[in-house]
Amino acid sequence: MEKFTTHAGLAVPMRISNIDTDQIISSAHLKRITRTGFEDALFEEWRKDPEFILNNPQYSTASILIAGANFGIGSSREHAVWALMDYGFKVVISSRFGDIFRGNSGKAGLLTAQVEQDLVDRLWSAVEAEPALTVSVDLEARMIRCGTLSVPFQIDDYTRWRFLEGLDDIGITLSHRDEIANFAKSRHDWMPRIN
Amino acid sequence: MGKTLVEKVWAEHVVRSADNEPDLLFIDLHLVHEVSSPQAFDGLRLAGRKVSRPDLTLATEDHNVPTLNIDQPIADPVSRIQIETLRKNCEEFDIHLYPLGSREQGIVHVIGPELGLTQPGMTIVCGDSHTSTHGAFGAIAFGIGTSEVEHVLATQTLSQARLKTMAVNVTGVLSPGVTSKDLALALIAQTGTGGGQGFAVEYRGVAIEKMSMESRMTLCNMSIEWGAKVGLIAPDQRTFEYLKGKKFSPKREDWDRVVEHWKSLATDSDAVFDKEIVIDASLVTPFVTWGTNPSQGVALSSKVPMPEDFASVAEQIDATKALEYMDLTPGTPMREIEIDTVFIGSCTNSRIEDFRAAAEVIRGRKVAKNTRLLVVPGSVRVRLEAEAEGLDSIFVDAGGEWRGAGCSMCLGMNPDKLKPGERSASTSNRNFEGRQGKGGRTHLVSPLVAAATAVMGHLAAPTDLPSEVRG
Ligand code: SF4
Repeated sequence: MEKFTTHAGLAVPMRISNIDTDQIISSAHLKRITRTGFEDALFEEWRKDPEFILNNPQYSTASILIAGANFGIGSSREHAVWALMDYGFKVVISSRFGDIFRGNSGKAGLLTAQVEQDLVDRLWSAVEAEPALTVSVDLEARMIRCGTLSVPFQIDDYTRWRFLEGLDDIGITLSHRDEIANFAKSRHDWMPRIN
Repeated sequence: MGKTLVEKVWAEHVVRSADNEPDLLFIDLHLVHEVSSPQAFDGLRLAGRKVSRPDLTLATEDHNVPTLNIDQPIADPVSRIQIETLRKNCEEFDIHLYPLGSREQGIVHVIGPELGLTQPGMTIVCGDSHTSTHGAFGAIAFGIGTSEVEHVLATQTLSQARLKTMAVNVTGVLSPGVTSKDLALALIAQTGTGGGQGFAVEYRGVAIEKMSMESRMTLCNMSIEWGAKVGLIAPDQRTFEYLKGKKFSPKREDWDRVVEHWKSLATDSDAVFDKEIVIDASLVTPFVTWGTNPSQGVALSSKVPMPEDFASVAEQIDATKALEYMDLTPGTPMREIEIDTVFIGSCTNSRIEDFRAAAEVIRGRKVAKNTRLLVVPGSVRVRLEAEAEGLDSIFVDAGGEWRGAGCSMCLGMNPDKLKPGERSASTSNRNFEGRQGKGGRTHLVSPLVAAATAVMGHLAAPTDLPSEVRG
């Protein structure tokens, strides 16, 4: 995973709540066995509507998505995270995320910044008024800055630390190999085993 | 102070805990399927890693498999490659696989319990959000993404932040003709899609105690639809009876001491939950959705709501968008909504109890002229059991289709899809836009409502059926 300290870029205001991962990427694209190349699948159905915000050329290079509440609910498909990243998003801002989506983002390297809804509203208004406004997301300080606005965001300490250090989760866990082996010895002996 | 069920099970699985870090949890069972695993196996290969515990890992094929002509090669080449990839990966990494055509194949969340692999006090994960189903046995079970699948394959552990606890106190009992599916839909309408976010929820109360294991699985299955990753129920006599004699259940000589342990897992009387909510089961009536997320539901006896009925602006915008997609006019009685396809299946409602209930409604009746009925068992075992009871012929004689096991029209990855503009009544768990096929419109319902709807051609409950038409 690449290190993440601060990211600055344009932000796209997506005033839709309850965006489920089926909308982010439909099941038709889950048959693929690769981890990349999902950019065209992102919001595929909604992008057919010329009015959809991603079709607004002013936001075409945006790398920060500001979404409504309950972003990423539904299916556990990590393809949703990959599609957002393949399209060019580095950060998603919302007042509440689906638990599994947020977990997946944390593993794959997409930053999910949780912001109070009234502050999301202010961010929306700011980037709608001035689409060329640079938004910067400072992970060290857990602060989003755009124009005169400074907005704090939440992210758990552990994920923040892994992002700042660019650390692979599996590598960290494997450094505790002995503890896992010891634990395994003390498990209940009746627990099921497959052959 | 006492502990809750989830806290006890969690504590038994902590390999390592440290300040400001999530706990490292040992995983007792990892269920794998074709869709969320290929990239995880690739990751292992790239890093030169092995599967840590093949003996605690089980794979099956469910999401992407056809439900017709299953003895022939899969027609869609992309689907075929994904299935073949799973087979190769299982071979290479020494993982046991129940492939299409095997007697044990089926939807992961149906086969785990029926094989006795799902037991109280376990930690169970799968690259699928409805893993919460297994919580019906008093297990901590939750869905994970592909990176976490890789993590579990490599280490048999997961790092997980502790969840807050919530009790859902279900008072009263369900009326006849009202199922745990209706209860789940009513609860989600009450809490919204995010109400359970960050919580492990425990369903408790008399209504829960009276429920069969199948009904409990339906309820726990839907936990994720109100944002709760984990939903569980304390193991009791019903749980033990269900498990006794199953393929992977504890052996006879261990049984008594295991049951003693399982009993000890129930929430202590002086335990405190971070949050408690109450729902009165006796007030729940058959419940259906009208919108494009599972919280957008109403009683079947009610009407399509108006956007202005909702308190917040965000909900009003959501409702307007959903009504447009669903092509519904506010004020229309739910019972007047005509249905093209009825789907009885999915990990929510594709167990033997569901088919018995639906068949009882349909027996001697005919599917409405302009409606199609698709019945898809959750597993080969369920299919065989239903066939042994003659349930398949009840559906077929009525004009329905009886298929092979799999996820099928729940998510429309295989050829079982809605056409654009088609409307379904579905016993599955998600009514998201396009979930059952591009442009398709989904109303979530119980198996009883599904069966009555198939006969009437519009949303209906069994009590709406004229009794004299039975042959
Ligand atoms: S039946 Fe539907 S919800 Fe259940 S595992 Fe399959 S696709 Fe997922």
